[in-house]
Amino acid sequence: MVDHAERLADRVWQRYDRKERLIRYAVLLLTLMLVVWALRDIDIFWPWVWDAPNQISGLAGRMWPPSPAGLANILSALLETVHIATLATFLTIFLALPVAYIAAQNTTPNRVCLWIGRFILVASRSVNTIIWALLFVAIFGPGVLAGILAIVFRSVGFIGKLMGEAIEEIDRRPVEAMEATGASKAKVIAYAIVPQVMPAFFAIVILRWDINIRESTVLGLVGAGGIGVILQGSIDTFAWPTVATILLAIIVLVLIGEAVTSLLRRKVL
Amino acid sequence: MLVIKDLVKQYGHGEAVLKGLNLSVEGNTVVSIVGASGAGKSTMLRCINRLVEPTSGSITLNGTELVNLKGGELRRARRKIGMVFQGFNLLDRLTVMENVLAGRLGYVNLFQAISRRYPQADIDRAFYLMERVGIAHYANKRADELSGGERQRVGVVRALMQDPEVLLADEPTASLDPRTSEQIMMLLQSLAAELSLPVLINIHNVAQAKTYTERVVGLRHGKMIFDGAPVDFNKEALEAIYGGIEAPDEELAPPPPKEASHGVS
Repeated sequence: MVDHAERLADRVWQRYDRKERLIRYAVLLLTLMLVVWALRDIDIFWPWVWDAPNQISGLAGRMWPPSPAGLANILSALLETVHIATLATFLTIFLALPVAYIAAQNTTPNRVCLWIGRFILVASRSVNTIIWALLFVAIFGPGVLAGILAIVFRSVGFIGKLMGEAIEEIDRRPVEAMEATGASKAKVIAYAIVPQVMPAFFAIVILRWDINIRESTVLGLVGAGGIGVILQGSIDTFAWPTVATILLAIIVLVLIGEAVTSLLRRKVL
Repeated sequence: MLVIKDLVKQYGHGEAVLKGLNLSVEGNTVVSIVGASGAGKSTMLRCINRLVEPTSGSITLNGTELVNLKGGELRRARRKIGMVFQGFNLLDRLTVMENVLAGRLGYVNLFQAISRRYPQADIDRAFYLMERVGIAHYANKRADELSGGERQRVGVVRALMQDPEVLLADEPTASLDPRTSEQIMMLLQSLAAELSLPVLINIHNVAQAKTYTERVVGLRHGKMIFDGAPVDFNKEALEAIYGGIEAPDEELAPPPPKEASHGVS
């Protein structure tokens, strides 16, 4: 009896052994060092940081009350922003679907197409919309066209990748059944693949439209059309009350976009 | 008449799944193919409509050699080979009628297929066959709303819409309960007679195979080791096919009530 109790008392239990603990401390130390290094390396001018509260209240004072003067102008720019997003999303569908088709393992015609498809998707996704916009402003000059193309080039990667994944996840059995009826490739796609990816397609396109509205509000900062153009203009001319109105308008637009997309999702899916 | 000669199928460099199979089926015989999992039943059936590429051998359907066909020729040959699947393989999000008409995809053009403008004759035949198997009232329902037995009837009608010269059924009853699976077997049996169509059925249930088919073929390790009438399929044959591998389904469900035989399940 005593023996038993003694043996129990001798037992130790540790979640991590010595080596594991050492590794964990090392990782923690490394992370801390990285943070410290980054903080010391970037040059923050601290007096400005301490001055920030003053600046915020000053800016708020200059912005308040928002000026309704250019409201008509702002609304038409907002509408242009939405048009950019809608047109770009619409155009993207036609470009992204073929890419999705060749970038999906189970539908791609051959290896070469698979890699071409994947390259297009990665290239499109690794460049930010604003950078695409800078590029297209340089090519086509400032304006809506550059903005639309910028959004298209970024969205192709998004819609193409997600649709490609949706195609890869389909049930193979209906495809087999359609092939067995003697249907051609196009008919197999139309009957066995399209209906299966339809819900994903609507969800992805609605989501991207929502994102595109938000992205197109900043396109104007690089001269690619939309609300951002007059926002940049107002900031440059220190028209702070107008800036306030524009910011409020953008918030309202994004909220409306949210509401519309969630309504669409419920109706369509 | 379907003639299979020296059919060999080897996946990659492994052991061959089919090792020189010979089989000929004529007239409107209903043939059941029994054998343990992995014996090559499914591979043999899929070689016929080339969902699986045979390694060597010859398969002829009413004089047409199927093994070397390519592209359009293969698709035209496939139209004459109906297939019923274990998992039904329906287009779940489409209606029953669209599923049934999909059996005509090899005949209509792409525009007709996409716009669902099938010839009236096809639609008439679809309704006739759906009426025959008791699913006509589901024409506009989505396929995934049906029960298992109903879904397999859709599968059978889709295959028959092809106006096939042979019907292949790959474990058509394996996903169904015993009662329903017997109804499907009865249906296949009577349709074969009505349409004078040879039918090849892969099946696990030996009792059902003996009851509903006129000829039993037994496969083991890719070779045919039994071919004969159900009455000759005795304990020894059963032992030879399944011996030391697994126990086959031997039970026959109690006979279904009369009114259910053609009704919905």
